[in-house]
Amino acid sequence: MRPIPSVRALVALACLAAGARAADFLPAIVYDMGGKFDRSFNQSASDGAAKFAKDTGIAVRDFEITNAAQREQAMTQFARRGASVIVAIGFDQASAVEAVAKKFPNVKFAIVDGTVDLPNVQSINFREQESSFLCGMAAAMASKTGKVGFVGGMDVPLIRKFALGYVEGVHYVNPAAEVFENMTGTTPAAWNDPTKGAELAKSQFGRGADVVFHAAGGTGLGVMQAAADMGKLSIGCDSNQDYLHPGSVLTSAVKRVDTAVYQTFLGAKNGTWKPGKIYLGLAEDGVGFSLDEHNRKLITPEIEAKLDEARADIIAGKIKVSEYHAQ
Amino acid sequence: MNAPAKLPRWAELGLLPLVNLAAALLLSGVIVKVLGESPWAALKLLASGSLGSEENIGYTLYYATNFMFTGLAVAVAYHAGLFNIGGEGQAYVGGLGVGLVALWLGGRAPFLVVLPVAILGGAVFGAAWAFIPAWLQARRGSHIVITTIMFNFIGSALMTYLLVNVLIKPGQQSPETREFGATAFMPAASDLLAKAGIDFSPSPLNLAFVVALGAGALVWVLVWRTRWGYALRVAGQNQAAAVYAGISPPRIIVQSMLLSGALAGCLALNELMGSQHRILIDFPGGAGFVGIAVALMGRNHPAGIFLSAVLFGALAQGGSQLSFDMPKINRDMVVVIQGLVILFCGALENVMRAPLAAVFARLAGRREAEG
Repeated sequence: MRPIPSVRALVALACLAAGARAADFLPAIVYDMGGKFDRSFNQSASDGAAKFAKDTGIAVRDFEITNAAQREQAMTQFARRGASVIVAIGFDQASAVEAVAKKFPNVKFAIVDGTVDLPNVQSINFREQESSFLCGMAAAMASKTGKVGFVGGMDVPLIRKFALGYVEGVHYVNPAAEVFENMTGTTPAAWNDPTKGAELAKSQFGRGADVVFHAAGGTGLGVMQAAADMGKLSIGCDSNQDYLHPGSVLTSAVKRVDTAVYQTFLGAKNGTWKPGKIYLGLAEDGVGFSLDEHNRKLITPEIEAKLDEARADIIAGKIKVSEYHAQ
Repeated sequence: MNAPAKLPRWAELGLLPLVNLAAALLLSGVIVKVLGESPWAALKLLASGSLGSEENIGYTLYYATNFMFTGLAVAVAYHAGLFNIGGEGQAYVGGLGVGLVALWLGGRAPFLVVLPVAILGGAVFGAAWAFIPAWLQARRGSHIVITTIMFNFIGSALMTYLLVNVLIKPGQQSPETREFGATAFMPAASDLLAKAGIDFSPSPLNLAFVVALGAGALVWVLVWRTRWGYALRVAGQNQAAAVYAGISPPRIIVQSMLLSGALAGCLALNELMGSQHRILIDFPGGAGFVGIAVALMGRNHPAGIFLSAVLFGALAQGGSQLSFDMPKINRDMVVVIQGLVILFCGALENVMRAPLAAVFARLAGRREAEG
């Protein structure tokens, strides 16, 4: 007796029926140049979309752009084919979202890491400076040399935001600490150059740093590898990267793009979606630092207590973390 | 059989590229099949996605416009015996010239004033970016392939610095300038045709396409119908002969690179004034490198460059439709297909030539036997 296949068939049928009923809800997502498998920012968004698809059985259409003109083209096509909600990932997409959202006032749009002022657009921004601040504190507390490093991807305002919060966090703990800052490059290739990331990290270690924080997408994998090879510490970014090199990754500045995407889709499906600006910081659990079995030994109870205290202070407004404003 | 086999001229220019293209598509089809999609459906999507509707044709020609500018840039340098890999950087910095003019005059001067100044701006900035490698090649013998590649990165660094620190519209994340004034927008093809009473769906296709065709005609006249063009080709083919004929190769090197950079610099007319209406980071998006393939495939002749630019435009547009409609075929697959086309039409061109020549020889032999 093997009832499993028929049960499976029934489940499949049920899913199909559910799919047919939900067919009028069509979510779509447009990734930026990094692509959905960048193991960092876009991938986090992709995880959120995948979770939504799994939980609801509704397929999510997606597109990875390769040039600037495709942003508008892809969004227009999704809108024209009846997409209910279109999520654009990345600050570069703001102007395209603005143009397309004007043309399709009945379609819901959301942009992550950007702001578009239109009645049918939800602008989701993260307070990366808050999690970077905590990571800066952790770095300063874990450092024995009083010197820590930062490796950014491309030199854009978003990454300066990370750097600024990080430096403030370091100096909050140890005003005399020295912070080395490097950006990887000036082309989008800077997001995916682990070799160069490793070289930059090594040079910072060579100058005496013993903890390096990366905000550099795929490049950061090289930073973390270098730290692991040299017996130093690194701090991950965007996703929880503690598992990559257990014992060498101090913590990760987590940015819950996945939750943001998931919530946007779910809200649009359930009719609770609202346009306007959303800021996700420590208070909203939109950003934070990771703590799991991989870095449990590195984050001592004293460090954890101080970080928790600082987190509460930031949420309460007792610690003001500066935000990098473009000009 | 060392010498390339002889083919009739029409087969050389028409049939051979088609056979190569077909071979590339056939191999792409095999890959599509392996990925579990129907090659026939993919081909249909590729064709209808690039040429199936007015909008799609508009996108195809819009991409083709970029490739024409950069393809012409590569071709001019090639005729002077130089391999200009710096189209990307020259287009990027040329965009600064176009953009600054558009930001300055847009909304203040009528379009007919903005256009020539913007062309000049793009040409001067693009040419300036090509000048230093050209000078280094002409006077110091620094290899132009190396220096132009390096200048791509320096150009990128310069533009990132300017966009992040100087030109950025205040209060936003994205490193891009404010929008140009409305008179600095290239008229869209749909608007222009509407004035002529022709209905054409909106697409990013714009007047820059016509400018690109004009640039192609200009290159043809300059290279094949002027003394300067003759000097250029002589210097490109044999420097010793050029010197013997009283031509100064260093001067030709600098002049041809200036023209090459100027042509690449005009890409921004299409991309920035025609579509994005602002200067944004990394806008050439690799068109400078595609230009190399376009020029090689188009045999460095403006007519050939037009055709191959349209082909690459169709691959870019059709490819994005393909990845849109077939989720299994992602953007990297599209790059593979484009790479196969370049491989077959460029590098492996002679593979098909010999069998084709054999067929022609047999046909000719049979005709003789019958006659």
